[in-house]
Amino acid sequence: MKILVCLKQTFDTEAKITLDSNGKIERKGVSLIMNPYDEFAVEEALRIKEKGEGEVTVISVGGQQTQDALRQALAMGADKAVLVDPGDVELDEYSTATILAKVISGMEYDIILGGFRAIDDGSAQVAGRVAEILNIPVVNVVTKLEIENGKAVATREIEGGSEVVEVSLPAVITAQKGLNEPRYPSMKGIMKAKKKPMDKKSLADLGLDESQIAAKVKAISFSLPEARKAGKVIPGEAAEAARELARLLREEAKVI
Amino acid sequence: MDFSISDEMRDMKRTIRDFVDNEVDKYSQQIEEEDKIPQHLIDKAKEMGLFGMSIPEEYGGLGLSMVEKCLLLEELGRANMSFTTLIGAHTGIGTTGIVELASEELKRKYLPALASGEKLGAFALTEPDAGSDAANMKTTAVLKGDKWILNGMKHFITNAPEASIFTVIAVTDKEKGARGGYTAFIVEKDFPGFSIGTIEKKMGLRGSHTSEVIFEDCEVPKENILGEVGRGYASALRILSKGRVALGARCVGACDKLVELSVKYAQQRVQFGKPIASFQAIQWMLAEMATDTEAARALTYRVAWMVDQGLPVVKEGPMVKLFASEALGRVVDKAVQIHGGMGYMKEFPVERFYRDARLTRIYEGTNEIQRMVIAGRLLKEMEI
Repeated sequence: MKILVCLKQTFDTEAKITLDSNGKIERKGVSLIMNPYDEFAVEEALRIKEKGEGEVTVISVGGQQTQDALRQALAMGADKAVLVDPGDVELDEYSTATILAKVISGMEYDIILGGFRAIDDGSAQVAGRVAEILNIPVVNVVTKLEIENGKAVATREIEGGSEVVEVSLPAVITAQKGLNEPRYPSMKGIMKAKKKPMDKKSLADLGLDESQIAAKVKAISFSLPEARKAGKVIPGEAAEAARELARLLREEAKVI
Repeated sequence: MDFSISDEMRDMKRTIRDFVDNEVDKYSQQIEEEDKIPQHLIDKAKEMGLFGMSIPEEYGGLGLSMVEKCLLLEELGRANMSFTTLIGAHTGIGTTGIVELASEELKRKYLPALASGEKLGAFALTEPDAGSDAANMKTTAVLKGDKWILNGMKHFITNAPEASIFTVIAVTDKEKGARGGYTAFIVEKDFPGFSIGTIEKKMGLRGSHTSEVIFEDCEVPKENILGEVGRGYASALRILSKGRVALGARCVGACDKLVELSVKYAQQRVQFGKPIASFQAIQWMLAEMATDTEAARALTYRVAWMVDQGLPVVKEGPMVKLFASEALGRVVDKAVQIHGGMGYMKEFPVERFYRDARLTRIYEGTNEIQRMVIAGRLLKEMEI
């Protein structure tokens, strides 16, 4: 079984987000992690592999730093990594999916896994787009997955409940929280990861040029949530203060 | 001087920190209340390979250098100290003797299960009348046929109730005493005549268990000796001296955690209309805590590097243990002070650290003994 996992390196969940002088998200000094939803996908890939036979290849699009996230997946137990470094170009979901689909189309695969969304832009588009370009089915937001006889039976979240679907392979499956509990890489796994193959490609290596992946969507501006305002203390006797509170809630906050 | 570390070590440190800060910390309160470390945490640590930190790769361990081991122990030092002690005492005094002194046959027999964490190692030297003064030891070993027969009692043995394989120092020649009359043995908990005595009640370190170990005509195979017969005292010192650097690294990790907790708290706690971090009284404490931490770190890694170069650390090893444990004492005292009343409350981790840190100045050789060794060495080196 050839298992591919698409993963993204994102800001740490505890990173403090700031904007630089051009109004763009400041990337300097932020610690980076593997997108937690992609971690579920890597774990699931390893479990599929461990049940039978198989090979897990992890793929990412990003700069040299992205190797850290790929190396984590290798340390967890993945066999190979592929990194496509697109250089200094602005990417949107279309660009990323186009690159991923291109690199995947040159590989053998039975199943493609990924997180259902990334915790940074949260657009939840890339995996679906990859499936579309490759012309294979996609099952989203999966919390349970079983593979048998060339088919996948997936339990997915739907509003107010869950749905069990069957899909023929190859297919793209996207992971939701609850699918599994990702393992910590073992120290030996970390040592071995260094020796596992990390295939680095450029756009040219894939036969792509910048015009083919030019972003279709451009972010115009970013803004941070408004800082929480200081609370208001209403002085005075309890009964009087309560009356004043009710008045403020009604007339100023307009919540009652 | 190059202080940079490899990507590999950075990944290991990050993984351990993630585990300690996000998993172990969640159960810290429970460990305190139940005096027990949840098995699933121990299992995860085993899977991660943390029990094999100081065992060579050929026996299933990680084969780390002292500097590398310290880099990892520093991250473990951030955890509830009972968890750190479970792993630290095993990878330190609990297995060092076998790694350094055992025959090839014994290494093959014992190290793989110790490296995986399937079996826990412990070190039994201390007796009621032989603490710092190890020359007063009473436990005896007599060779009868193809077996050593051990009789006596050890106490304050860290991890003993959970351990399976013990490095035991016993008297084989009473006349010669510590110089030539002690021998180090490997004793399994299932050997006839071995038993665990009273489990001691301690000030802190809840979740880590310390007990008596009793030998009543305990039968140990003739070949289960570490080093040579009669060289047990030197063996014990060798085992302890390596552990001292590792203990330093654990103290540095604990200091780091306490600085972080205190800096955060000082910015959140508002008094007189401002965060207390804006007051110089608090700032000075924070500055001193961070400086103590960095000084302990610098000394620890300098001496760990010396160990890796094969340089003698007879006085430097004790310096690490002395300075790092006392730095931790100063840091944790200030951490409690900055937290004020909250620092005295059980729901805040600094209260636990305060009790647990106290032991680092006592165990693995009291700080007074460290001072004695350092001064003794100085006087010898510069004798006039």
